[in-house]
Amino acid sequence: MGNNCECCNDEKLAKLQAIIAESKDQQGSLIHVLHEAQLIYGYLPIEVQKVIAEGMNIPLAEVYGVVTFYAQFSLKPKGEYKISICLGTACYVKGADLVLDKFKEQLKIEVGDCTEDGKFSLDACRCIGACGLAPVLTVNSDVYGRLVPEDVPGILAKY
Amino acid sequence: MVNIKIDGVSMQVPEGTTILEAARSANIKIPTLCYLKGINEIGACRMCVVEIKGARALQAACVYPVAEGLEILTNSEKVRKARKVTLELILSNHDRQCLTCSRSENCELQSLAKDLNVTNIRFQEIGEKAYHPIDNASASIVRNPDKCVLCRRCISVCKNIQTVGVIDTMERGFKTVVGCAFEKSLAETPCVNCGQCIAVCPTGALTEKSEIEDVWKAIADPDKYVIFQTAPAVRFSIGEAFGMPIGSRPTGKMVTAIRRLGVDKIFDTNTAADLTIMEEGTELLNRIKNGGKLPLITSCSPGWIKFCEHNFPDFLDNLSSCKSPHEMFGAVMKTYYAKQEGIDPAKMFVVSVMPCTAKKFEADRPELSATGYPDVDAVITTRELAQMIKEAGIEFANLEDTDFDNPLGNASGAGVIFGATGGVMEAALRTVADILTGESAPVDKIEYTAVRGIEGIKEATVNVAGMDVKLAVASGLGNARKLLDKIRAGEADYHFIEIMACPGGCVNGGGQIIQPSNIRSWVDLRVERAKATYEEDRDLPIRKSHDNPFIKKLYAEYYGEPGSHQAHHDLHTHYQARNNY
Repeated sequence: MGNNCECCNDEKLAKLQAIIAESKDQQGSLIHVLHEAQLIYGYLPIEVQKVIAEGMNIPLAEVYGVVTFYAQFSLKPKGEYKISICLGTACYVKGADLVLDKFKEQLKIEVGDCTEDGKFSLDACRCIGACGLAPVLTVNSDVYGRLVPEDVPGILAKY
Repeated sequence: MVNIKIDGVSMQVPEGTTILEAARSANIKIPTLCYLKGINEIGACRMCVVEIKGARALQAACVYPVAEGLEILTNSEKVRKARKVTLELILSNHDRQCLTCSRSENCELQSLAKDLNVTNIRFQEIGEKAYHPIDNASASIVRNPDKCVLCRRCISVCKNIQTVGVIDTMERGFKTVVGCAFEKSLAETPCVNCGQCIAVCPTGALTEKSEIEDVWKAIADPDKYVIFQTAPAVRFSIGEAFGMPIGSRPTGKMVTAIRRLGVDKIFDTNTAADLTIMEEGTELLNRIKNGGKLPLITSCSPGWIKFCEHNFPDFLDNLSSCKSPHEMFGAVMKTYYAKQEGIDPAKMFVVSVMPCTAKKFEADRPELSATGYPDVDAVITTRELAQMIKEAGIEFANLEDTDFDNPLGNASGAGVIFGATGGVMEAALRTVADILTGESAPVDKIEYTAVRGIEGIKEATVNVAGMDVKLAVASGLGNARKLLDKIRAGEADYHFIEIMACPGGCVNGGGQIIQPSNIRSWVDLRVERAKATYEEDRDLPIRKSHDNPFIKKLYAEYYGEPGSHQAHHDLHTHYQARNNY
């Protein structure tokens, strides 16, 4: 691990290792550990996955396989504000894709990525159960509904 | 026993038998793709579906255990249609360049398409097709995910049998792909290049890195002096590529075929195996006598060596410093033999024919160079040799037998048995015993059956000339890991350990002729090829390494004695701890 990367933060590493220590002998606990690791670091870079693989005695390829299987896990850092646009059926037919395109254009990032300043990250998600508000998105725990692309600059300006 | 009915035929089969096995005993071949007995039994590909009376849906025969009164239909219209749709879906997302695929005519997917009479792939126009880059950065193994059918046999053998675990399924759904962590190349992982993944791959998704063209080029070059050597296990598999039964011994035909390729010399790696025994046996005796690091662990298997470098760096001093036999061979060629024959080592081109893909990586190690030139210039697998023989139009099965060239043609039976798990150990014991007693043990006292057989870990205490020597033999890296973990934990100790990366040893190496699941699942290749190995040993006039006339001459004229300064310079090497990722 490089010296100035996040994963070398001793406090975080100690926290992760404590979780590994209490879970490593429990079969099927990899997903739990990955969840906790993502809570600690915000995402799951190779350095973190290596610590988990070694600590739990599971091949890195398997750990990475699980991480890429579940949409919940991210290989890329998330922003301070996590924008998550629903692309479920109802939102999609109501034009969620156009709203998403507007975000990409404004933030100059692709889905799954994070702005360079670390402020915003952009994700597409499945139905969040608010179809009445379609198209809908969340920014951290704030919910915005019945959106059109023109709403995007205003939403970003709030943060 | 339970009573069942398959396709209207009543039969009795033992409880716990799968439908696939029961059908087989009734001469019904249920098609399979992901199934490989003992390695991958997961019922994932759905090729083996059958209709069971009373069951709601079609069931996978490979994982469905029989029960009393079961009525099974293996070829009803419903079954045939379901299989065909599944196969067409797989084929619609497959790189179908069969004509230029190295696995053509030895491909389980191709055979299935033929057997199931797929004449049209209905989904190829409308279906999506995935494209992935080819990974050819490894010195040994090439991965082409576009030819992968996601059967997961390679993952299972790599993770569960070898405990290497460098490949797995990534992503999900249509994007699912077998690959390495973080889309790395195999070359950037702790892959040990054993090639067991290739041996179990039903298609051309995993193949060796071919060196055929390099070898042809050298043969065609009048300035090159091309020397071939063949490892002990190659001769017990090569016949399979030419329709000969598993366990055949076409050694003489193999030699003739190689000579006809136009090589300058065809020698036997077994003589280098004899040389290894001289050096390693002496190393063992010295370590025991002088309180050196024990247990001594064999170093013939380059898959095992890399595994040790990655996973057991604390055991590097236990490894024998001996180069593996084919590397010793190359070193002897470019030093002693070059001088003897007046050949410039720069013009020599040493080709190793190996049952092994890890030897390709090994030959690239910069430390394996006794002269400044690589000891070995090219490594081809048994499969690549078979391919060259076919390309040259040589009718292998009808060839006359000829002998290896001399002076390296009179190898001992001890050299032959290097190919089977326990063989190096037995060969060493034959020589060590004679050294310790100062006598020549009679033929009926040289077979150490305790170290033979295909069990993953064998332990024995053998009395050699009044000394109790504690031995262990492991084959398959999962077994090696188990054994070394035990030693690490202080639960076992030995004088001498033989480890081979591939289960059963080199006869089952990752470079051998590939047998499809419908043969491999029912015939133990390790057993059949080992049987041939021990028969060959019995038929040879010389059965101990130190009785090989070339070995005697080599020490008399050049090395002086085993472990001498010159021997160390040419025939020994060193190892390095390697990072995992």
